Amino acid sequence: MNALFLVALGLGGFTLGYLFYSKFISERIFQLDPSFRTPAHTLEDGVDFVPTNRWVLWGHHFTSVAGAAPIVGPAIAVIWGWLPAFLWVVFGTVFFAGIHDAGALWASARNQGKSIGALTEAVVGKRARALFMIVIFLLLLMVNAVFAIVIANLFVGYPSSVIPAWFVIAVALVIGWLLYRRGVPLFWPSVVALVLLYASMWVGDAVPLALPEGGFFGLGAPATWVMLLFAYAAVASLLPVWVLLQPRDYINGLQLFVGLGIFFLAVLLASPAVVAPPVNPNLPADVPSFIPLLFVTIACGAISGFHGLVSSGTTSKQLDNEKDVRFVGFLGAAGEGALALAAIIACTAGFASLADWEGFYASFASGGLPAFVQGGGSIVSQGLGLPQHFGETLLAVMAVLFAATTMDTGVRLQRYIIQEWGSIYGIGVLRGRYLATGIAVVACLALAFGAGGGAGTGGLLIWPLFGTTNQLLAGLTLLVLSVFLMKLGRRSRFTLVPFLFLMTMATWALLVQLRQFWERGQYFLAVLDLVILVAAVFVVLESVGALRRAHAERGGPGGQGRRGATG
Amino acid sequence: MSEGGLPDRIRTALALLREFYDAPHRGALARARQEEEDLFLLMVLSEMMGIPNPAAYHTLELLPLVWEEFHDWHRRMGMERSPLDHIRCC
Repeated sequence: MNALFLVALGLGGFTLGYLFYSKFISERIFQLDPSFRTPAHTLEDGVDFVPTNRWVLWGHHFTSVAGAAPIVGPAIAVIWGWLPAFLWVVFGTVFFAGIHDAGALWASARNQGKSIGALTEAVVGKRARALFMIVIFLLLLMVNAVFAIVIANLFVGYPSSVIPAWFVIAVALVIGWLLYRRGVPLFWPSVVALVLLYASMWVGDAVPLALPEGGFFGLGAPATWVMLLFAYAAVASLLPVWVLLQPRDYINGLQLFVGLGIFFLAVLLASPAVVAPPVNPNLPADVPSFIPLLFVTIACGAISGFHGLVSSGTTSKQLDNEKDVRFVGFLGAAGEGALALAAIIACTAGFASLADWEGFYASFASGGLPAFVQGGGSIVSQGLGLPQHFGETLLAVMAVLFAATTMDTGVRLQRYIIQEWGSIYGIGVLRGRYLATGIAVVACLALAFGAGGGAGTGGLLIWPLFGTTNQLLAGLTLLVLSVFLMKLGRRSRFTLVPFLFLMTMATWALLVQLRQFWERGQYFLAVLDLVILVAAVFVVLESVGALRRAHAERGGPGGQGRRGATG
Repeated sequence: MSEGGLPDRIRTALALLREFYDAPHRGALARARQEEEDLFLLMVLSEMMGIPNPAAYHTLELLPLVWEEFHDWHRRMGMERSPLDHIRCC
């Protein structure tokens, strides 16, 4: 089958979902009201609350939520064949992610731009809020550890990506300095930055930079990279935002649009055949059943709790008109779905034959990003007439940049959480930024090495656990939305059904993995799994209580909830 | 397309691009700027609060300039009422 067919089917599915389902949800369930004064207007302060053009807002929202995760998840999950991953990405984006992302945005806008964490406390209760913080901390811990390992593996596997990946940091520093200190307009630095980035890929391609086989300090090459990356992330997260984080996010945002454009253009021109089977009949022995693991392996790209944090944390404070919820929320999810679709195509149509593909997917953890880089590189080279190794460098750099930007932000956010705990519990030393950063980095390193042993390469083993935690967060957000809708007297089944599905799959996946980890003697991972399982059980218990209370309230005398429906 | 429509459009596009650069970090930058300003106010007012300041001769000149911000500053520093007897802003 031709990959163009999959592209058309996938993008067509997103379009239909946007045209019909999002319209239905926006009009009938959320009842978006263009005359409602959003927090960006009522609380406008020129800092956090600023009415923003919907295209710009969508651009921020999309680039904030898109990262390496919608690439890694589908790249692993196609081992079950392209069909399950494709269906989950398309249906997940339309019926799960769209309503989740837009719902978080809408609920936050209706509550003075409060974050979903604060809404959890207001709508469900204090215990749920505490649970929320724990789940977020676990999620950040895992995302940093996993992405460090993912980048390290890419550096080892594709040494041509090393120079461009580090060079972009220098470019970002110069842009930050030019804009902030020199007041230079943005346009030309943006053009030059993109040209330099792509030129550096040529340099990297010509001069691959590999660490010695044994690495340094007695560590192997991947472990050395992991250490270096965390040293970098610690420094980057301590620097003022304008110096590195802001210009780096910006270049990465531009690169996301350019990279996606290049990839889909290459697919259009090359029109490669999908060599992977729809459903893989020759699964390697270590691959678990796709139910429930598919639904936690692909989190970002189908539904991800992280999006709710972005929707309610920053996007809702900049919403100019409540009608924009549909455009920003649903199309943000569709953008992420398009990235996941690109990953599925790269990993299933970028190989010469089925045997090649099966060779790459010889075990559960062997596919992932290398398959995306190899397959995607092949499609780019066929479509645009570039050398295969250059295509691979291009995709490897794209993935590294996504993962690295997430790491920068992730370590910074973890530092904030640790500092906040220092304030809440009156532990003065934790409030210091250096110690808090140190603790964050050491915790991530412990996880990176604990999961994979001394080589520090166990990242893909914890990937499904990361996905599960992400789904727990999404579950909590959907729960808040359901309770909120019930209290307003509106139909809550459109958020309740995805919530129930996600919680079932996440809990089931945790149990399946717990057994696997235990049988293989991976006790570190088993303990981690158990911690997440406990969090999941508490989420379920909280949910039952909150839903019963909301149901009782709605059915109460005078239909209290219905009166709030205009609110 | 109206006369001069294209430059206008380009200007709008560039403004949107700049917004795309600025908006995600506007809050963090404003908070960092405020932290710097808070520290600066502490330096200017330190002598009055009993903290020896070798540059007091110079910072004294700045007092009229920070006057307007004094009330907001002491509230941000967690002091409900003015900490200085001779400045009764509230």
